[in-house]
Amino acid sequence: MKFLDEYRNGDVARQFVEAIRREVTRPWNLMEVCGGQTHSIVRYGLDELLPESVHLIHGPGCPVCVTPVELIDKAVAIAARPEVIFCSFGDMLRVPGTASDLFGVKSRGGDVRIVYSPLDCLKIAEDHPDKQVVFFAVGFETTAPANAMSVFEARRRGLSNYSILVSHVLVPPALEAILASPQRRVDGFLAAGHVCTIMGTREYEPLARKHKVPIVVAGFEPVDLLQAIHMLVRQLEEGRCDVENQYDRLVKEEGNRPAQELIRSVFQVRDRAWRGIGVIPGSGLGLRGEYASFDAETRFDVGLVGGPESTECRSGLVLQGIIKPHECPAFGTLCTPDHPLGATMVSNEGACAAYYRYRRHGLGGK
Amino acid sequence: MEFELNCPLPLRHDTIQLAHGGGGRIMRELLESVMLPAFSNEALDARHDSALLELGGARLAFTTDTYVVQPRFFPGGNIGELAVYGTVNDLAMGGARPQYLSVGMVLEEGYPIEELRRVVAAMREAAAACGVCFVTGDTKVVDRGKGDGIFINTAGIGLVPPGVDIGPHRVKPGDAILVSGDVGRHGIAVMSVREGLSFETPIESDCAPVHRLASALLEGGVEVHCLRDPTRGGLASVLNEIATDAHAGIEAVESDIPVAEGVAGACEMLGLDPFYVACEGRMVAFVPGDQAERALDLLRAVRGGEGAARIGTVTAEDPGTVFLRTTLGTKRILDLLSGEQLPRIC
Repeated sequence: MKFLDEYRNGDVARQFVEAIRREVTRPWNLMEVCGGQTHSIVRYGLDELLPESVHLIHGPGCPVCVTPVELIDKAVAIAARPEVIFCSFGDMLRVPGTASDLFGVKSRGGDVRIVYSPLDCLKIAEDHPDKQVVFFAVGFETTAPANAMSVFEARRRGLSNYSILVSHVLVPPALEAILASPQRRVDGFLAAGHVCTIMGTREYEPLARKHKVPIVVAGFEPVDLLQAIHMLVRQLEEGRCDVENQYDRLVKEEGNRPAQELIRSVFQVRDRAWRGIGVIPGSGLGLRGEYASFDAETRFDVGLVGGPESTECRSGLVLQGIIKPHECPAFGTLCTPDHPLGATMVSNEGACAAYYRYRRHGLGGK
Repeated sequence: MEFELNCPLPLRHDTIQLAHGGGGRIMRELLESVMLPAFSNEALDARHDSALLELGGARLAFTTDTYVVQPRFFPGGNIGELAVYGTVNDLAMGGARPQYLSVGMVLEEGYPIEELRRVVAAMREAAAACGVCFVTGDTKVVDRGKGDGIFINTAGIGLVPPGVDIGPHRVKPGDAILVSGDVGRHGIAVMSVREGLSFETPIESDCAPVHRLASALLEGGVEVHCLRDPTRGGLASVLNEIATDAHAGIEAVESDIPVAEGVAGACEMLGLDPFYVACEGRMVAFVPGDQAERALDLLRAVRGGEGAARIGTVTAEDPGTVFLRTTLGTKRILDLLSGEQLPRIC
């Protein structure tokens, strides 16, 4: 397949691995920010190809994993209402809330639907004027423009039966929190390519300067990741801390300006709680005042639902890159994809799910 | 800044979830905790696609399957063809020559008779193409809203020729693993209609009978150890089932597994792994390693087997585990999925 096969080519991959081996002189801890990158790394065993001294740490970039349990509980409560058609990306349906997940709501008779785009929800809202259509708007900057567009369009079309439950998070404040943490052990970042497709690379420059940390915007295929790791190792070995762009076939320095404007016109920056991590200031998006009537949290007064969470899950440490998934005592025993303790074991982008799925035998490697 | 470390309690299912029918680990758990203990006997416990029975000196294969596909008509097939081929294929996977079928239909009040005629005509043609006939049947109607148009159950029996012994118990280290063609077509064809996705080149289901592929191997003198047709859960689930039931390890080679370009592209877009996507007209065969080339020649000479390929080998290491050699030469687990695959967020 064009534009994919060349980035999965074993010979090219090995050339980058050789280059990394030649140039590395001391241990480096590199964090790939995005869960999609984590899955690619584990799926292709890229960390097994790298020299011992290049250590990959898995970052918090899994939108499903960091959506707070309170919000899952709210989603469950809203989805259970008889007048509601609740729409979501597929990933979110299996994430455990306090008492149920969204699949559970569906099995008890709730109208819960998987959609591929929030714009599909507008059609559903138009087709069902007697129903309230709610979309679970989760994700990083990547999904924000389409989610913003759905609200923008709903207002333009005068759709009064559409609203979104917002759980949008932003990458740079999370990196700031990781770098500011006393447990920090990250020497360099592989930034999430798709997020930068929207936002560009400029917002990473203050981070790189302030914390003296090199950042390379990376794609998702094995050759992308190995090339980006090579660029990062080279910067570290040369003592540089620049923002570089490996994923330049898609990412431009200024990003996608119309998409950014759309995000700004519909959303505003606010504090957000990250599941397993806590509240990070200015790390999320909420609807602006003029779109407040499209906010499902105010439209449906479900109050505070849910209760305290178990302490057995260490997903907070996994999401910050402090431990690897298999270093959690519950991994593969109390916590499996069938009976997940935390969202990192559920999502297609969760680090625990990647480890369980691709390598639970012979763990204990790097 | 303080970090809270919290996560929810585990979730137990006390009601049936869709994932219980997804062909993954959750379904296996349901079978092992509810069905198998209740019905346990030697023929059932063999857990093959069809049960092998000795009756009055004859060896019969017996199987049943229920078809609830939505949409009922999809590119490359329909629910009627599936209901015939699925059962014929399960019989063939036991080494049997499929012969007689039964059919049970659950029809929903308001279902158009015109469509029923089309489904029945498709079943008649499919049965004729496979050399089988329906010898008994049943029809029930449920209230509107209590069904999904039409559900079809078929059961089938076939004769197993003397000397044929096929099943996971015969799989052993050194066996070659063959697949009769590219995988994942049916799942993507159905999903494309269900989700309103369109592709430049429409992807058609591989929906087809595979009994001629099986008999080509048997009549060609290949010592067939095991046969399976990958349906729900796809190729990866079949490999996992065999690895578990045969207490053997499996190593598959990613670059050797045929996947059509359109299927691969759709999977990339949706965030799905084609190895877990359903087929409805493919066969996986376990044969002695030194007979693999001959078996491939035999398969490729049969219609529907042109794309046959060797995709892996049975090993003595790590019984019960399927490993995949990636395109980069690294090795990873090819696991049984928990439930169904879900399209990802971004």
